Amino acid sequence: MRIPTAIIAAVSALALTAPARAKTIQVAAGEGAQGRLQEALIVAQPGDVVELAAGRFALTDGLSLDVNGVTVRGAGMEGTVLDFSGQQGAGEGLLVTSDDVTLRDFAVENTKGDGIKSKGADNVVYYRIRVTWTGGPKETNGAYGIYPVASTGVLVDGCKVSGASDAGIYVGQSKAITVRYNMVENSVAGIEIENSRDALVTGNLVTRNTGGILIFDLPNLPVMGGGNTVISDNLVVANDTPNFAPKGNIVAGVRRGTGVMVMANDGVRISGNQIHGNPTAAIMVVSYPNKFDDPRYQPSPRNIVIMVNSLDRNGTDPQVPGGAQLVAAFGGALPPVLWDGVGTAPRAVGGADTTAWSLNLPAQGTGFETAKPTPLVLLRPLGPTHGMPSDALRRAPVGAPAALDARAQP
Amino acid sequence: MRLLAAALLLLGGAVAVSATPPPPPVHDWKITGSEYPQVLSEYGFFVSAAGQIPVPTVTPYRLNTPLWSDGAEKLRFVYIPVGQQAKAQGDGLLDLPVGAALIKTFKLGGKLIETRVLLHRAEGWVALPYVWDAGQHEARLTLGGKRIALAGPDGKPLSYAVPNKNQCKECHGVSGAVTPIGPKAYNLAPAWLAALQKAGKLDRVPTVAKRIPLWEHRTHADAALAARGYLDVNCAHCHNPNGAASNSGLYLGWLESDPIKLGIGKRPVAAGRGSGNLEFDVVPGDPAHSILYYRMASLEGGIAMPELGRAALDPDGMAAVQKWIGEMRR
Repeated sequence: MRIPTAIIAAVSALALTAPARAKTIQVAAGEGAQGRLQEALIVAQPGDVVELAAGRFALTDGLSLDVNGVTVRGAGMEGTVLDFSGQQGAGEGLLVTSDDVTLRDFAVENTKGDGIKSKGADNVVYYRIRVTWTGGPKETNGAYGIYPVASTGVLVDGCKVSGASDAGIYVGQSKAITVRYNMVENSVAGIEIENSRDALVTGNLVTRNTGGILIFDLPNLPVMGGGNTVISDNLVVANDTPNFAPKGNIVAGVRRGTGVMVMANDGVRISGNQIHGNPTAAIMVVSYPNKFDDPRYQPSPRNIVIMVNSLDRNGTDPQVPGGAQLVAAFGGALPPVLWDGVGTAPRAVGGADTTAWSLNLPAQGTGFETAKPTPLVLLRPLGPTHGMPSDALRRAPVGAPAALDARAQP
Repeated sequence: MRLLAAALLLLGGAVAVSATPPPPPVHDWKITGSEYPQVLSEYGFFVSAAGQIPVPTVTPYRLNTPLWSDGAEKLRFVYIPVGQQAKAQGDGLLDLPVGAALIKTFKLGGKLIETRVLLHRAEGWVALPYVWDAGQHEARLTLGGKRIALAGPDGKPLSYAVPNKNQCKECHGVSGAVTPIGPKAYNLAPAWLAALQKAGKLDRVPTVAKRIPLWEHRTHADAALAARGYLDVNCAHCHNPNGAASNSGLYLGWLESDPIKLGIGKRPVAAGRGSGNLEFDVVPGDPAHSILYYRMASLEGGIAMPELGRAALDPDGMAAVQKWIGEMRR
């Protein structure tokens, strides 16, 4: 019997798109949830869905997933709750160490350490995940809510984090990153992109954190040289929670009331954001503040461009030495953009974005007590004609691979 | 007729006993197959499992300085298939052939708790945990891990954690693949290596520049060597450039020489409340202000290090690290 070629082609195409024997493993809450859920995450095969029923899963230990191409799906971020209030060990609630994993529609509560960590997990999607420390902002809460690190291809979409004692959403040592349409509140940092490249942070709401959006680069890490990042169209509103991070962590130095903060990065564009009611500064562009011993590390920000943001009611109650006098001297509020005066100043396209002040620090690593503040008007980006579009605005693509979008759909 | 048959059988039995019996073979196909054996006895590693008496082809060994596991006594064995050899790789890990297995049994309060096996299959290493039954007759595969209520070495109640299969990899992972942590030549006795080589199970005795001191001799050993040995064994399986903690930039391997990578004057990166409000991993001369020591001295999830496999403090390990940092010149 001859099989028509068209059928062979169709069957082959099916084989390519649908992983062989992909199945759904259902896990319900209740007695023995820890062992049953962990076993499901171990026996899952690429292409499988581990489906978490609605309910509250009482867990005693960290969970982990190490199989490529698995989807862990709950019944909604209010329906399926992984409750780690009784957690006894492990550094996070869920650890993912495999590629092409999708985590969606469930919540993680009260982990002892981080909420969900994915390490060396390329093309990971977090979609409509909630991570909450239910007792509000506390130093004893875990550090990061959503924590992808050392990965290429990261999409964090539609998630909600509250109460992280470091950053609600933290992406570290990664590239090709999109963080969009999330809400982070009551955390020290709302969203932090650290030692990473090619990130797009867009359409998020960050409010009632100590600082809203932080773009950092730190020394002595295996991946450094952060940059080529776009922060656009976010609502960065009333980030006024006193810093509750344990000291020693870099975010413990973030001043209450910071909107967007860029430190030691190369090539960051801040555009179209609504940055309102952040008492210290709308936008802060600074060098790494500490001494360091790492010849590979560049401590000052470069090629930072600020363009057409909506800035309102910022800098009214800054957490800086002599803050009240400074506010009075500047006529009721500090200028929206703060630059520490080390390296090259950020550039701005026009309007309120150009209104800045400089600390005029004498050198990298000198403290605020050496500041000699002066007003500053930011210049337009360097360019061939009238300062527009220029090399400073030309950039490599940012964001997660478009293919990840298919896994972030309702 | 029936009687005669019985007599012949008896005779046969007697003959078999009088000759040297062949050693019971390890079931190689269980190691190299694609299944996960459900019980430990399927492998045939032991003549007496309860007594942890191995068959002759399974070789016991000890490490100069072992990993602390809540005070459990650990019995270690290596199996190298008949006719094959391990290859020495300088100071480091012995390269074990496909078909080899590493077996480690944990014993607390005189009872066998669990036996972990690492199997070298053609597609890579596989780590499997087996938990002993109450009667100490058999250990069963426990892929999802388990917590067992026990009495710790100090007599206090202990929630002993048997790792799940993934957690095995968190410690035994190098660049995302399961890899044995040991045995490494620098943590083995020269005599044991020589004996293995003499038995034809090791291609040559490796030259080792600097060995980790014997743990029981630590108080006489150089404080730095004792502590660095301890950190290598207890921390460096994650804290190395290819391990689970690679992103921390804190690398605690025996051969590491960069002071910053060893934590001296290094700020934490993603420690969260693990920082304990302290600024540096190691402050020379000041263990009380060193994050490294602070996290060893904690039992709290999110702070305690190592993250896995420790539900009790290790006073001896803490003392060794405290001495090293305390004697370090500021």
